[in-house]
Amino acid sequence: MNGSPHSLAIGNSVNAIMIKVLLALIPGIAAHAWFFGPGIWVSLLLCTAFAFMLEVLLLLLRGFPLKPFLTDGSVLVTAWLLALALPTLAPWWIYAVGAIFAVVIAKHLYGGLGQNLFNPAMVAYAVLIVGFPTYMTQWPAPVALALHPVGPWEAFDLVLSGKGSISPDAYTSATVLDTWKTQARLGVPASEIVSHPAFGHVGGFGHEWVALGYLTGGLLLMAARVVTWHIPVAFLGAVALTTGALHLADPVHYAPPLLHLAAGGTMLGAFFIATDPVTAASTPRGKLIYAALAGFLVVVIRVWGNFPDGIAFAILLANVCVPFIDDYTQPRVFGHARRKTGPGDQT
Amino acid sequence: MTRRPRHFPGGIHPDQHKAESNATPIATMPLLPRYVVPLRQHIGTAARACVEVGERVLRGQPVGLAEGYVSTGAHAPTSGTVVAVEARAVPHPSGLFDTCVVIDADGEDRAVEFQPLAWRELDPSALRNRVRELGLAGLGGAVFPSYIKLNPAPQPIHTLIVNGAECEPWITCDDRLMRERAPEIVEGIAVMRHALGCATVLIGVEDNKPEAITALRAAVAAAGADFEVIALPTRYPSGGGKQITYLLTGVETPTGGRSTDVGIQVFNVGTAYALQRAVTRGEPLISRVVTVTGHVARPGNFETRIGTPINDLLAAAGGALAGASGEIVGGPLMGFALMDLAAPVTKAVNCVIVKNPSQFPPRPVDLPCIRCGACARACPAGLQPFEMYWYSRARDFGRAQGYDLFDCIECGACAYVCPSHIPLVDYFRHAKSEIWEREREKSNADQARQRHEFKTFRLEREKREKAEKFAKAAEQTKAAANAVETGADPEAERKKAILHAALERAKKAKETVTPKNTDNLPPAIQGEIAEIEARRRAAGLADTPEKTGNDTP
Amino acid sequence: MLEAILVMAGIALVLGGVLGWAAIRYRVEEDPLVEKIDAILPQTQCGQCGFPGCKPYAEAIAKGEADINQCPPGGEDGVRRLAELLGVEPKPLGEGLEPKPRAIAVIDENLCIGCTLCIQACPVDAIMGAAKQMHTIIADQCTGCELCLPPCPVDCIHMEVVKEDVASWKWRYPVHMMKRVA
Repeated sequence: MNGSPHSLAIGNSVNAIMIKVLLALIPGIAAHAWFFGPGIWVSLLLCTAFAFMLEVLLLLLRGFPLKPFLTDGSVLVTAWLLALALPTLAPWWIYAVGAIFAVVIAKHLYGGLGQNLFNPAMVAYAVLIVGFPTYMTQWPAPVALALHPVGPWEAFDLVLSGKGSISPDAYTSATVLDTWKTQARLGVPASEIVSHPAFGHVGGFGHEWVALGYLTGGLLLMAARVVTWHIPVAFLGAVALTTGALHLADPVHYAPPLLHLAAGGTMLGAFFIATDPVTAASTPRGKLIYAALAGFLVVVIRVWGNFPDGIAFAILLANVCVPFIDDYTQPRVFGHARRKTGPGDQT
Repeated sequence: MTRRPRHFPGGIHPDQHKAESNATPIATMPLLPRYVVPLRQHIGTAARACVEVGERVLRGQPVGLAEGYVSTGAHAPTSGTVVAVEARAVPHPSGLFDTCVVIDADGEDRAVEFQPLAWRELDPSALRNRVRELGLAGLGGAVFPSYIKLNPAPQPIHTLIVNGAECEPWITCDDRLMRERAPEIVEGIAVMRHALGCATVLIGVEDNKPEAITALRAAVAAAGADFEVIALPTRYPSGGGKQITYLLTGVETPTGGRSTDVGIQVFNVGTAYALQRAVTRGEPLISRVVTVTGHVARPGNFETRIGTPINDLLAAAGGALAGASGEIVGGPLMGFALMDLAAPVTKAVNCVIVKNPSQFPPRPVDLPCIRCGACARACPAGLQPFEMYWYSRARDFGRAQGYDLFDCIECGACAYVCPSHIPLVDYFRHAKSEIWEREREKSNADQARQRHEFKTFRLEREKREKAEKFAKAAEQTKAAANAVETGADPEAERKKAILHAALERAKKAKETVTPKNTDNLPPAIQGEIAEIEARRRAAGLADTPEKTGNDTP
Repeated sequence: MLEAILVMAGIALVLGGVLGWAAIRYRVEEDPLVEKIDAILPQTQCGQCGFPGCKPYAEAIAKGEADINQCPPGGEDGVRRLAELLGVEPKPLGEGLEPKPRAIAVIDENLCIGCTLCIQACPVDAIMGAAKQMHTIIADQCTGCELCLPPCPVDCIHMEVVKEDVASWKWRYPVHMMKRVA
């Protein structure tokens, strides 16, 4: 084609964006490996391998060229986010099923890159937690606290055989969100829960450091202008405000906001999952509404729901609302007297 | 008091590449043996050729006359002979040919007698008419006929903005012009102000041209004028009409309108210079400054006569270097690929860039849109280009229009930043031309429907009138017959006979007239047909009289 | 039991009321179907559909007496829009009905004898002239219906395809590089 522009911004590509996202995940992954042992490498490896193979297969089946779509890096981001969202040391087929739902169902059946309505990693997570709750709630304990820390080869063995020679009780423990939920329901006072060694400083021993890693990576991502401030700020703000209000009202039953920010997938969700541009709202005001809705739903599910963590369901529910939110938050166009009020205005 | 420029939304910072061509003074192109002057160099109706092949013309003599309101003339760039008035390659994204007047120079370069205007005494309306005759059109790229823009009616103009932003990378023709010919520009602006009768004059120049700003300020001071020269932050597209209006005044041009709707008129500095020449020397627009840059031996700016083949212009810049990969007319963000080097420089051509693969790599394969929103953040119109793209690609032009497609100024900032390398502007241009086409088709259809309905109505009315006449006649006959019965009037009897005969004749005529048939025509017409058939045969149009493919069998 | 019935009835009443109110409040005045069909037809009045003009064809479609694929000047796009309007599947143009590039009629003024037969045939009054005077076609008004060709006794009318020029040129649909390999 003949048209302009004839020069493009240098070094700007989908591939570059995806690589920046992957790099930004590294502090969190490193913290994870440090505190929870080598299991994370196994799940990253498996998820990457499964997702990549499925991507190749689907691209071939759908008749798309392999090179541009494999080098765009999107499948790697999906695979890594899936690996980070799932518990480590789960049987290999958990990762395989996750990859199938993420890549085949959530991505390609919706039309492939850029067309999916739901975040692929979160679709996979949601399916797995509903389908296989036992495996999905067995999070490995921090190496320092585990009865039997799992070494690198043991990790492979555990994952690939599906059932190791050691009992899961020896290397797993309940997460801090889980503990809070069960203990608080049993009437254990907050002070006692907090004094447990697994609680750590603010949000679970080890987990809080992983969260800090994600926060660091996320801030770098913002500095690199891959994500704008809107979604992380609104998401974390909504979580902090909602839990803060609950905690102020009843400090005995409701965990402090810092715990909610540091525990579970809050930071990963705020910076890496809710910000997925394909499934997130795209207008500035829309992003704020979308992320605040997701953050609020996280707290609702954590506090009153049956699942210990609510990131996946909260983000999927917010994804559903995206087209509607975008339609009603169209910014004012230069030279127009007022902004649009909705899709009915667009004729 | 100096104004602080406002901040329009979006914008990008591409590499400047100004240094390549702005270091040397404007050079004058040597006289060439042949010039090709297109008749459609401006927005609006093409000029009508007013010279014939073989005619001798002088420099500055009109070769095309303005046709209609939105039009302006074209002039011979040198003296010589008109050798052709025909379709030739022109600088246009389509690569289609368009009507041009081709002039072989006689080398003498004799000019018609130019008549300088005493513009201060001249009535603005008379001034505008002269400007129209002298072929002035906006030299910033839009080439809108200047005489229309110099008219303060129907909206009075309170502010004149002179656009020296030159925000596109690579282009430096305005930069050099402002540095070297600031006094002339300032006088041209004074003429504009005289025609418009406006109070305020603001000159905006991007701050990457400090020499130009200094030169303009000095010229304004020397002329004792109260024009304000304002440095604009360097950010593409600050030179867009709506953008520079907002930067300097804080006023947004209403959607679908022009800046004149809010009392502001915008002219390019090049136009101000051309106006000064037109007015003080009486010289029509037959040359302009063109930047030649990129992969050429000696990049620079050239005072180029309108009609100079781009080939010759490139040769003047030392020619394209080895490894050149095509030419761009205009800037890298809004220009278009040149299809034919024989195309001439027109009033719209401000820059020719010779590409090479390292500075202008081919566009990478486009990937699907990931809705990252980079385009929306870069858009100076505050649009959502990815939504417009979504619907344009699906050919759902109505929805694309719903996202304010027509507020897009096609600056290319969105496509520049797109990580998926989607040619967004191409989609928007396609969508716009499809929408215009559909609107044109619809109005044509409406007109055809109306005319058809009227024809049907007319035919029916004629039929009815005929029937009424007939009925009247019949009544008269009856009355006459009654009269006969009552008192055998010989006169009535005679009338009746005549009427009867006439009716018979009419009946017979009706039977014999079978249209679409050449056999039953009256002998006079038959004769004419034979004569024409003979002529046709002579002309070799119809070989046999039986060749009646279009006739009714 | 009674309570349940009452609740259901109450809900039904309320919803019915809301729906009824909405139907009145948001009623859209609709054009009659024939007008809508006629608006899609290209108004060439060429009669290729077998009806004497676009309106009669529109009426026939509205009555279900004619198929939607009988209009070559409207092309595939026209068929598709008619199908959308009527809620039926689009189909290819009928047998022997080929869309042609847009053309207008041109009278060879050296040959015209001024017989006025073409003027009578032109459905949109796009031919100017009088008896024994040379006729001219008003290019802007010509729909390209070709109805003036058969009556001309001297074959002095021919069709000229409208060529694209710089003024009428349209930006093409961008070449999509991300093609399927299959």
